[in-house]
Amino acid sequence: MKVTVDQESCVASGQCVMTAADVFDQRDEDGIVELLEDQPTEDRAEDVRQAAALCPARAIRVEGQSGFVR
Amino acid sequence: MTSTLGSADANAAEVPEYPMSRAEGCPFDPPPQLRTMQREAPLRRVRLWDGSTPWLVTRYDEQRALLADSRISSDPTNPGYPAPAPVSDEHSEGSPVSFILMDDPEHARLRRMVTAPFTIKRVEAMRPFVQRIVDERIDEMLTADGPVDLVEAFALPVPSLVICQLLGVPYADHDFFQRNSKVIVHRDSTTEQRNAALGALAEYLDGLVGRKLTDPGEDLLSDLAARVESGELPRREASRMGVLLLIAGHETTANMIALGTLALLEHPRQLAELREAGDDSELVASTVEELLRYLHITHNGRRRVALEDVEIADEVIRAGEGVIVPNDIGNRDPDAFAEPDRLDIRRDARHHMAFGFGVHQCLGQPLARMELRVVYSTLYRRIPTLRLATDRENISFKHDGSVYGVYELPVTW
Repeated sequence: MKVTVDQESCVASGQCVMTAADVFDQRDEDGIVELLEDQPTEDRAEDVRQAAALCPARAIRVEGQSGFVR
Repeated sequence: MTSTLGSADANAAEVPEYPMSRAEGCPFDPPPQLRTMQREAPLRRVRLWDGSTPWLVTRYDEQRALLADSRISSDPTNPGYPAPAPVSDEHSEGSPVSFILMDDPEHARLRRMVTAPFTIKRVEAMRPFVQRIVDERIDEMLTADGPVDLVEAFALPVPSLVICQLLGVPYADHDFFQRNSKVIVHRDSTTEQRNAALGALAEYLDGLVGRKLTDPGEDLLSDLAARVESGELPRREASRMGVLLLIAGHETTANMIALGTLALLEHPRQLAELREAGDDSELVASTVEELLRYLHITHNGRRRVALEDVEIADEVIRAGEGVIVPNDIGNRDPDAFAEPDRLDIRRDARHHMAFGFGVHQCLGQPLARMELRVVYSTLYRRIPTLRLATDRENISFKHDGSVYGVYELPVTW
């Protein structure tokens, strides 16, 4: 799976870091998302999809998404 | 045009008034009329105090879609905005509205100035401090013999102490700012009362910002003062942001602590499970999410207005029409949460909308979550016999507040 983030749209809610801290991080100065791993392994897929679904700014895109997570 | 509604009396009569009342004896549930409306359609019109008939959106998917839609504005100066109160003097001097009532890009610019202390890392670093406050407050409660009011002794001081530390506000002034924020969030406060309270808090925060200009500390008001110094931020805006964060930082969490305790006391089997859970267990985390979903204390309905025509669920919200999104009923949508009216601390409720959705979603949520995790994992473990010191019928609920909760919660052990 391939993950991309949009730092312009991000509102620093921190939901992604709470859900998958090994894939997403936050900039110290304003909490905006930083991607630690743009090709997470398949065993991280569920959490990464959950993070994308929870993002209030819809700033996370996941390609190779096989299932819908709310 | 809304005249089609006004022209047909039969139709006009069918438009329900908003806000609605909760059912007697069901203090944790949203108004039953909202449930009926949700069953009937994802959105329909309601009538407000001023006779206007904005859209009320009741289903989870449509609520999320609209809150995340940039054609839907949060700015009350746009015509058609569904104001919650008769005289909405939101832009008066000293108003704390700041960026929560703005749209991007200005909203994003200001919001990003205050997000740094709320990153997951910074919030986790505050955990030992929060744990210490929680333990100290419990120690003090336990020195009392008789019943105590959990709100006064615990639920209010804990988040107040935390937000004071984060902002750099002296806790010694808590009587002053708690009294004023109570007036601001009280639904029945007159405009004069609310403006006076806002003015007092704005003046107070302005004084603090002034002090941080010359004598900065390690806190958010000092960060804002530095931005004032560099010309990035008008001093008046810095004070407004301070007022906003101070109020938002303690009113909400305080109500979640007290109302959450009442809800758990009424579900003793689940409370026992929680008590047995370790400090940082998944059960503590899921309890926080479930109580946020189930109690949904910000019960006024989020207010928006369409800037363009928006098609949704076979309806068209026209440009200039108001939109109200009561996330309390969205959090009880059976299509999003199985058996939504059942409290179940083991369910995965992370997709709830207690913090809203879209670009305005609560920026303090990591802090609120951490505080609630520490509280829920400590209070009932340290006072395992905690129980109500009055009959449930004697507890009065904040039906009249923009933040829901209990006024007092007499407990003993």
